[in-house]
Amino acid sequence: MAQTPEPRSAMQPVLSVIRLPHFGIGPKIAAVVLLAIVIVTLLANWLAPHDPLTMNPLMRLQGPIEGHPLGTDNYGRDILSRVLIGGRLSLAIGIATAIVAVALGLVIGMVAGFFRTADAIIMRMMDALMAIPSILLAIALVALNGPSVGSVIAAITIPEIPRVVRLVRAVVLAAREEPYVEAAIALGSSMPKILVRHLVPNTLAPLIVQGTYILASAILTEAILSFLGAGVSTETPTWGNIMAEGRQYFRLKPELILWPGLMLSLCILSINLLGDAARDMLDPRLKKRAG
Amino acid sequence: MLFKTRNFDAAPVALSAEALTVNLPDTPGVPQVLKGIDVTIRQGETVCLVGESGSGKSVTSLAVMGLLPEALKVAGGKILLQGQNLLPLSQAQMRELRAARVAMIFQEPMTALNPVLRVGDQIMEVMELHTRLSAAERRRRAIDIMEQVHLPDVPRIFRSYPHQLSGGQRQRIMIAMALVLEPVLLIADEPTTALDVTTQKQILLLIDELQQKHGTAVLFITHDMGVVAEIADTVCVMKHGEIVEHGPVEQILRHPKADYTRKLLASVPSLAPRDPRAETQDIVLRVSKLNKIYGGGGIFRKLPQAHAAKDVSFSLTRGRTLGIVGESGSGKSTVARCIMRLIDPTSGRIELDGTDIATLSRGGLKPHRKRLQVVFQDPMRSLNPRWTIAQSLIEGPLNYGTPRREAMAEAARLMGVVGLPEDSLRRYPHQFSGGQRQRIAIARAVMMRPDVLVADEAVSALDVSVQAQVLELLDQLQRDLGIAIVFITHDLRVAAQICDEVIVMQRGEVVEHGPAGEVLAHPAHPYTRALIEAAPGRDWDFQNFRSMSESQDAHPA
Repeated sequence: MAQTPEPRSAMQPVLSVIRLPHFGIGPKIAAVVLLAIVIVTLLANWLAPHDPLTMNPLMRLQGPIEGHPLGTDNYGRDILSRVLIGGRLSLAIGIATAIVAVALGLVIGMVAGFFRTADAIIMRMMDALMAIPSILLAIALVALNGPSVGSVIAAITIPEIPRVVRLVRAVVLAAREEPYVEAAIALGSSMPKILVRHLVPNTLAPLIVQGTYILASAILTEAILSFLGAGVSTETPTWGNIMAEGRQYFRLKPELILWPGLMLSLCILSINLLGDAARDMLDPRLKKRAG
Repeated sequence: MLFKTRNFDAAPVALSAEALTVNLPDTPGVPQVLKGIDVTIRQGETVCLVGESGSGKSVTSLAVMGLLPEALKVAGGKILLQGQNLLPLSQAQMRELRAARVAMIFQEPMTALNPVLRVGDQIMEVMELHTRLSAAERRRRAIDIMEQVHLPDVPRIFRSYPHQLSGGQRQRIMIAMALVLEPVLLIADEPTTALDVTTQKQILLLIDELQQKHGTAVLFITHDMGVVAEIADTVCVMKHGEIVEHGPVEQILRHPKADYTRKLLASVPSLAPRDPRAETQDIVLRVSKLNKIYGGGGIFRKLPQAHAAKDVSFSLTRGRTLGIVGESGSGKSTVARCIMRLIDPTSGRIELDGTDIATLSRGGLKPHRKRLQVVFQDPMRSLNPRWTIAQSLIEGPLNYGTPRREAMAEAARLMGVVGLPEDSLRRYPHQFSGGQRQRIAIARAVMMRPDVLVADEAVSALDVSVQAQVLELLDQLQRDLGIAIVFITHDLRVAAQICDEVIVMQRGEVVEHGPAGEVLAHPAHPYTRALIEAAPGRDWDFQNFRSMSESQDAHPA
């Protein structure tokens, strides 16, 4: 009897992309930069020369000096330490948002795509969500729930969900017409089984691309919320918070905005470049499958 | 007169390809797609390139048009159009030539026409690009050519968009566009394959008529031997990029020399109905008064309704095959999908082994599902591309609690039954050909030990030789397992080969119902007669290389 073959993982298209050597130079640099930022922020506790919260009134607004390679801010706190530690929370919020938004969007989009009756209700709710400017919605949600990390994640996630739902729904609507799905119905497979085994794998590739865009957009939104004073409380450094505080002393000391801003820009640029590369790698494969 | 017997030896040569070789320069081994083929077409002559998929017939036409895809390159030979070699010409020179001297029509007129332009403007655009005629003159000639292709109500169609026209009308527009500049050569690449048989007949007649009127040379590409018999003067049989045989149509069909041609002709199903299988008393499927109405909903006002199936009734006994025949839009697939309960019928009863399944809930249906299986038309899409064959085959049995080990053993056994090696189970669908995938789809259905198998155009996407093998497989399974088959098809030849009983459907209604021999040999309804008369090459018995009347003399009924 033939050995049961190793089931091919649904991640196969993604894994093969990582192995593919066709990446241009742009995405390669982006990958290195992003990796560096992630490692540096992960190791921030050890790399940071000072405690990011310790104030030193004698050392206010110093330029790069001995012990403070990027200088100090208006309270005499070490800028380098603050940028490194602040990145940790910024990235964490971004990643958490991307994961939660993709997971919730996947489930909701599946239900909307497969069940006609649920579709009308869910999609009208999503339309309503999309009609509200996302920053405004996020500010309102933080104002309601207080400026904790959890409520900031929720506030950024909710406006992102409709985009994922629409994407998943579109893929499911196309895939459910495929004869192999109808054959599965004829073979007596239950609806949840068809959803998970036949339809979810079809959504993975576009979701990964969408996930990177959400990640970038969430990091940016978090910075905007903090900058507007509607993010996590000001005692906790994030890139947005640091820039918000630095704004008042921008004329005296532009580095206060320059360094966190640079980290933020590099980070988002890298993620978007990688997302584009992933999209380019995954799209032709999808077309080939469909054809 | 059965075939065209015109002689073109005196006519000037319109196109000749000499030792034309096309290869794939960027693929390792530089495989040859065309291996030095020679084709000559004289003025007023119709040359049919016939062969199965992958034989290189479309590549030949694209090479002549100078439209080969990037990956393919002409490696040698000449293409002479009225003595002028086309290969050294630049892109711009070829552009001048296309439409003006060589025109092409395609299989799918919907995608070949621009959906956002009116068809009249599209015909005039051809003249705008290639002539210096005034706008009024262009318009006059566009209307003239539209009348020549027998479009009704020309002023209205002139202003219509492609989606407002039927498939046959769109193909007429394509022909009008191709012929408006009176080209020397018309290349027709499967121009009637996507059309219904009655429309196909009209388009073939039209091409013939215009050819005689304008003296155009026609290179006609097809896989359908019936069409060849209708339209060809000369036939070139292609296989793997080579012309294995060429000659006048009657000689090819009556005295084929090459083994491949004989094999190809022998696999063309005969229009003569098969001997019916024995009638049994054991009714497995009884459909009564089945109706399916689409639309009619709407909150504020009633939306227009479409009656896709009207009072369809039939019964099927164990081990027999019922054919549902009709053109597109006749409702035959609607009936199949209702029986499968992939869509819910509006009213009527569907009794499977005595139980009415028409109104059962999803859960209530599950025990009955396994006795009712389906095989779809498109073998590329009916298997999940991410699953191994084994996973696809055992999905059904696992749903009904068969232990995995047993299901795998059964899958391995069935691979042998459908004629595939056992290690196929570990492979993925893209590693198989269309015919092999269709065998796998059949094996997947048979895994469930169904009483009824619904085959929805199950062999329509396959080449004739593969088609013959799959029909043979279905016949064998039916004999061994006593499965009853509901066979949906638009192809009367296939229906004649496999069906014991036939239902003919038109616009959702059953217009004729009876034993296959009766319906196909002595059709009572005018629509059935029209269908049979439109079947291309119906007077020729391809398998026996002789005409139908000669066959009847040989076997008097």
